[in-house]
Amino acid sequence: MLFTSYEFIAFLILLFVLYYTIPARHQWKLLLAASYLFYFVSGWKNCLFILLTTISTYFLAGKIDKLHKEQAVYLKEHKKELSKEERKSYKATIKSRQWVLLLTGLFLNFGILAVLKYTNFAIANVNALLSFFGSQSQIGFLKMILPLGISFYTFITMGYLIDVYRGKYPAEPCIGKLALFVSFFPQLIQGPINRFDEMKETLFSEHPVDVKEIGFGMERILWGFFKKLVIADRILTGVTTIIGDPETYNGIYVFVGMMFYALQLYADFTGGIDITIGIAQVLGIRVRENFIRPYFSKNIAEYWRRWHISLGAWFTEYIFYPVSVCQPMLNFSRFCRKHFGDYVGKRMPVYIASLAVWFTTGIWHGASWNFIVWGLLNGIIIILSQECEPLYAKFHARFQVAGKSWYRLFQVVRTVLLMSSLRMLDCYRDVPLTFRMFGDMLIHSRLSQLFDGRMMTLGLTVSDYGVLLVGTVILIGVSLAGRSGSIREKLAEKPAAVRYAVLYGLFLCTLIIGAYGVGYDSSQFIYNQF
Amino acid sequence: MRRKKMMCALLAAAVVGSLWFLTCLLKPKYMGDIIEGALIAEYYEETTDHDVVFIGDCEVYENFSPITLWEEYGITSYIRGSAQQLIWQSYYLLEETLKYEKPDVVVFNVLAMKYNEPQKEAYNRMTLDGMKWSMSKVKDIKASMMEDENFIEYVIPLLRYHSRWSELTADDWKYLFHKDKVSHNGYYMRVDVKPAGTFPKDKKLGNYQFGDTAYEYLDKITKLCKDNDIELILIKAPSIYPSWYDQWDQQMAEYAEKNQIRYINFLDIQEEVGLDFQTDTYDGGLHLNLAGAEKLSKYFGNVLKEEYGLSDHRNDPELAEIWEEKTKFYDQMKAEQEQDLEQYGYIRKFHEE
Repeated sequence: MLFTSYEFIAFLILLFVLYYTIPARHQWKLLLAASYLFYFVSGWKNCLFILLTTISTYFLAGKIDKLHKEQAVYLKEHKKELSKEERKSYKATIKSRQWVLLLTGLFLNFGILAVLKYTNFAIANVNALLSFFGSQSQIGFLKMILPLGISFYTFITMGYLIDVYRGKYPAEPCIGKLALFVSFFPQLIQGPINRFDEMKETLFSEHPVDVKEIGFGMERILWGFFKKLVIADRILTGVTTIIGDPETYNGIYVFVGMMFYALQLYADFTGGIDITIGIAQVLGIRVRENFIRPYFSKNIAEYWRRWHISLGAWFTEYIFYPVSVCQPMLNFSRFCRKHFGDYVGKRMPVYIASLAVWFTTGIWHGASWNFIVWGLLNGIIIILSQECEPLYAKFHARFQVAGKSWYRLFQVVRTVLLMSSLRMLDCYRDVPLTFRMFGDMLIHSRLSQLFDGRMMTLGLTVSDYGVLLVGTVILIGVSLAGRSGSIREKLAEKPAAVRYAVLYGLFLCTLIIGAYGVGYDSSQFIYNQF
Repeated sequence: MRRKKMMCALLAAAVVGSLWFLTCLLKPKYMGDIIEGALIAEYYEETTDHDVVFIGDCEVYENFSPITLWEEYGITSYIRGSAQQLIWQSYYLLEETLKYEKPDVVVFNVLAMKYNEPQKEAYNRMTLDGMKWSMSKVKDIKASMMEDENFIEYVIPLLRYHSRWSELTADDWKYLFHKDKVSHNGYYMRVDVKPAGTFPKDKKLGNYQFGDTAYEYLDKITKLCKDNDIELILIKAPSIYPSWYDQWDQQMAEYAEKNQIRYINFLDIQEEVGLDFQTDTYDGGLHLNLAGAEKLSKYFGNVLKEEYGLSDHRNDPELAEIWEEKTKFYDQMKAEQEQDLEQYGYIRKFHEE
């Protein structure tokens, strides 16, 4: 069920009405039923996978938690009898049993994800290797289903299991509540990747009607629809035309495609997240923000702290820290300190952990070399810019540019261009073609092609360009206004007539100008496929 | 409190009013060179019953003239046809028509038998948008929808036509709240002439058997007519293209015989009708022009009168008055088109710039 489909809108209306009609203590149960219904509609077989993940995580987390409790009780009861060594040894035994349980959960669930998502990618690589070594034999591709949101719910669930293992919070005793946390339908499509401790209270508690929250939620949903339907889905034709025909659309058109895609991705992904957060807010549930005006970032590291925040936080928490402080890494760090000095010894674990994170980020986005290269390039650029930090500091001190508006604007534009260039790897079919097109853009830009009428062959009309221009201006305006606080709060302070006029205007714009219905190829959200 | 309630009511009225206005503005008007989409809705303006109701596609609404049937035989008739009208659309239109009146004869053009599934959204819309809401319309929509269509878009047309915002013309404003009459009891008038040329050779088909759905609805039409004591006549209009295969003709002849229905293939009796495809068609043989439609109507009117005993209503003063108005409009349009032809060499309304 597409977020922008009529069926989904009908589903939402019905759910909202029921949610606030039934006794509040049953609200979470209704949400669970609705989430599974939503998931069932996407394919009944998908339900088996999410159920398997939920059940396995429930039992494993329960067992890990039980061991935590047993340990606490045992140590308390035998406080006086046990020597320090015995306590340590007992703890180690418990830890190793918990470790086995954790590994079982990780292997099982990441295993399902890996098999379903990456088997054919692995086969393609093996086939390429076989061809490279002159072998005629090829392995056939497997017909795999990829359950909706598997990357998202696997990460959500495994984050929960690791947290329970770390003793961050106890395991959830009610399987229904855990199932709701895993399957909560608005987050299934494209995140955010929520944490159990943040969601627990808000997801399972009773929510009486709160007109302000419901109103704010509706406004957020509307804004999400505007971004998706008016901007992202309208520019889609232009993007697919350019990237689908690299022979015709080369030179300056690679740049046009790159910028179009940057706009499409932003409007599509942030629009989807706005809808997700808005739905949750109407239900009285607070979901973490996933974006903070990322295109206003001054460098890539900052960009990644503001784009898909929940994914970055997940990788930092569950990959970067464990990798950078694991025993082999500490040994390697010591080795580096001894042979290459303190600075290298200190930085090496960070680099390796960063590259591990970026490799995983890349492959999480898709089973292709494009995404792996994209992820690693992000990591390399971030490492390089961290290393160049002293140089920047000197430059800033020498020329006194830091803090100046024009310089900040330059930094923002530079970050947008850099990120958009890297995103070209999302677009073209393989890595060599992407680099070829990138080179063509730089070497044979042929600016005059912009004015030879080719812009009108991208499947976009003059009115489409007009809408996109105005839409982009609105996006930028709203982002700028959002820097000084919640726009919805600001709007709520205005006279009712102004507030309703603005909202109704936005509604009409989306309804009339939105690219949906017959004649438009309504597209899935880009992050659905991840 | 009262003020608040009033504000809410005003707000709701403003929202509903603006959405209604936008719907009126953005819905296609079919008042320019494409008028087919306006044909179905005109039926509801009729104030009297009809002896004969034609159902079918362009091969009925461009080939038969109800005014000629009236002028020559005093037979009252109406054509409930639209562009590429599919057989289930004809069935549901007939079902709906029978809620308003009970004609003596129903004439169905069998070319639609060749389509067993929905063909084109734009044509669906031309038939369905004009229908008044009823269970017949609901069933018709459900039977006609293409894969990318959604029922809600029929209920709320703004969801379908919103994208027309960028292609609005002066006509969209001019016909915002009213429409001109474009047909003559469903007949689409063209007085111009374009002699029949050569058509592509008949394509060989892998299977000449009409589809199950087509037969299912033909059975329904037959049953509906029988249940209502209406004479059903199956016809194949004399349009010489698109192809009408012998195998198809055979199937229709067999069906008619089995169900004891009259089947007339006008392609076989063109000479008897007096049709000359050098002068009686406006688009090279696909459809008849006014001269052709009048000839065909004269011939068919005689069949209706002689073989089905339809009475002559010309002496009924009430009907005579109504049909005099219709005839006046018919003559006026005819004169206008002829004048255009004389002055410009083409009919301006149907001439694309």
